[in-house]
Amino acid sequence: MPSGGFEELEHTADWALRVRGRDLAELLVNAANGMMELAGVQTASGAGTIRKLELTSLDRESLLVDWLHELLLALELRSVAFKQIRLKVTGDLGLTATFREVPLTSLAKPIKAVTYNELQIEESPQGLFATVVFDV
Amino acid sequence: MSERRQVRKQDFKKLSPFLWELPTSYRPGMRVPVRLFADDRLLEDALDDKSLEQAVNASMLPGLVGHVTVMPDVHQGYGFPIGGVAATRLPSGVISPGAIGYDINCGVRLLASSITLEEAQPQMADLASALYRNCPSGVGVKGSVKLSTKELDRVCREGSEWALDNGYAQELDLARTEEGGRISGADPAAVSDRAKQRGQPQLGTLGAGNHFVEVDVVDQIFDPAAATAMGLVAGTLAVQIHCGSRGFGHQVCTDYVREFQPAAARYQIQLPDRELVCAPLDSPEGKRYLAAMACAANYAFANRQIMAHHVRRSFEEVLGGRVSNWELHQVYDIAHNMGKIEEHAVAGDRMRVCVHRKGATRAFGPGFSGLPDEYRPLGQPVLVPGSMGTASWVLLGTEASMEQSFGSTCHGAGRTMSRKQAKRTVRGDQLRAELERRGIQIRAGSMPGLAEEAPQAYKDVDAVVEVVAKAGIAKKVARLRPVAVIKG
Repeated sequence: MPSGGFEELEHTADWALRVRGRDLAELLVNAANGMMELAGVQTASGAGTIRKLELTSLDRESLLVDWLHELLLALELRSVAFKQIRLKVTGDLGLTATFREVPLTSLAKPIKAVTYNELQIEESPQGLFATVVFDV
Repeated sequence: MSERRQVRKQDFKKLSPFLWELPTSYRPGMRVPVRLFADDRLLEDALDDKSLEQAVNASMLPGLVGHVTVMPDVHQGYGFPIGGVAATRLPSGVISPGAIGYDINCGVRLLASSITLEEAQPQMADLASALYRNCPSGVGVKGSVKLSTKELDRVCREGSEWALDNGYAQELDLARTEEGGRISGADPAAVSDRAKQRGQPQLGTLGAGNHFVEVDVVDQIFDPAAATAMGLVAGTLAVQIHCGSRGFGHQVCTDYVREFQPAAARYQIQLPDRELVCAPLDSPEGKRYLAAMACAANYAFANRQIMAHHVRRSFEEVLGGRVSNWELHQVYDIAHNMGKIEEHAVAGDRMRVCVHRKGATRAFGPGFSGLPDEYRPLGQPVLVPGSMGTASWVLLGTEASMEQSFGSTCHGAGRTMSRKQAKRTVRGDQLRAELERRGIQIRAGSMPGLAEEAPQAYKDVDAVVEVVAKAGIAKKVARLRPVAVIKG
């Protein structure tokens, strides 16, 4: 897997991303960066605004879906993207993220939704892995 | 996820030359068989990805009746295959938002004209440009319709009737739309603020992906009487509009897939894939989803109606005064991602069921009371767009589709190549040049997006239609070929 901790997988109709992280926090950050790369996010230069986001969820898989969905909504509704994401997992069911929110200059393709399709966070000696399928 | 052996051809029993069955003995947990309409080639195509595994998973939903039906244009989706149909019994069978899809009431509208290709040809490039300019498309685009929250709630409840009241429709458009362009039971209170926030600026937009506006010429007529009733004349122009409920529907589905996760556990429903999450139709969660889904379906009907208005405006702008009659009349508008409460015969018993169609088109046969007078003796028109640059089809629903597939048939060509592979194989600018050499005007916002939709990435729509026609679950009326394609 490339050093970014994510790679695009073949999927007939939609987009799929294989994501890795040494721990859940890194997996969530890599998934966010992978999703933005898939969507072809281009941003304006400049420092942007520092934002904080807190989330709690049902379980680890739902936390991954909810986190990515929050970012998708901001992309669509506020035309912003995210840099320098720092994320802390709080227990198994929550996260606190801080990041620089920067204006979006272009988006190659919108992602409609983050799905639960066969979603399972797998543990291995190399870290945590998940395959996320996006509806496009 | 547990590794299982993939479905193989020899696991199927051939019921007829175009119908294959995977029995419930194939895997523990299957409640009904899976039936696939295909010839040998399309069956082998379907075995190439996980679409049939997804159909097997779908066959485990509680309350299913009959069989899970899979169409010849099937391909892998998320949770439920694209090209799948499943019916659950009322009142306690389940409804699954993921088995309907994120783009609720994604569908197709067909408009026809008396304009010949010959008389329009000199203006075709201008017409394509006008359509691209007037039909908002692409990433992040906003529509020209300014909606207050109160007006959005009206769109949710009234669908195409809202469009008619606001000058975007003609009476005939509504009569020739599935359900008259308005699904009953819509309750805007069941829709989240986020969905409304996403939907408010997007009404009257095409979006991106595989959505399009396409100008076609009627190429061949197979059923002259039906074509006459629809106003389809060989050599004249027609327009297809393919789009859905935009971010509004995506958010409704996202909200309820999320909300149903704990509900499924509460109702002790075991599922092989969390994307298939569901709740009983008579549960509070199930009822709320149905009410929200109806809102998204009505939003999509209004959306395609406004797009039709923009198409008519473009035709008038470019062809007005240059051809004798530039009017466009509606042939029909159909949904291909929807959950509908319908009555069907199952093993000889008539019963009310919730038919989940995801990438499948309703195809009711002759005599259906919901059809306008001119179509009732014929059956319901079915619109099957092909891949970009290839043919599209106008079909009719049949009595056999009522008996074999819960009144459903195929919805398109069906992908066979991944988007990643399509982008690796095809360059968008070269594809556009090739299509333009073949006389097809292309207007597109994104060249990589165009490459993903290359015809090589799809099955042969003519082969798909041949299967549904020979299996008897649809009847051919006309074949269309494209002359201008507008994509986001």
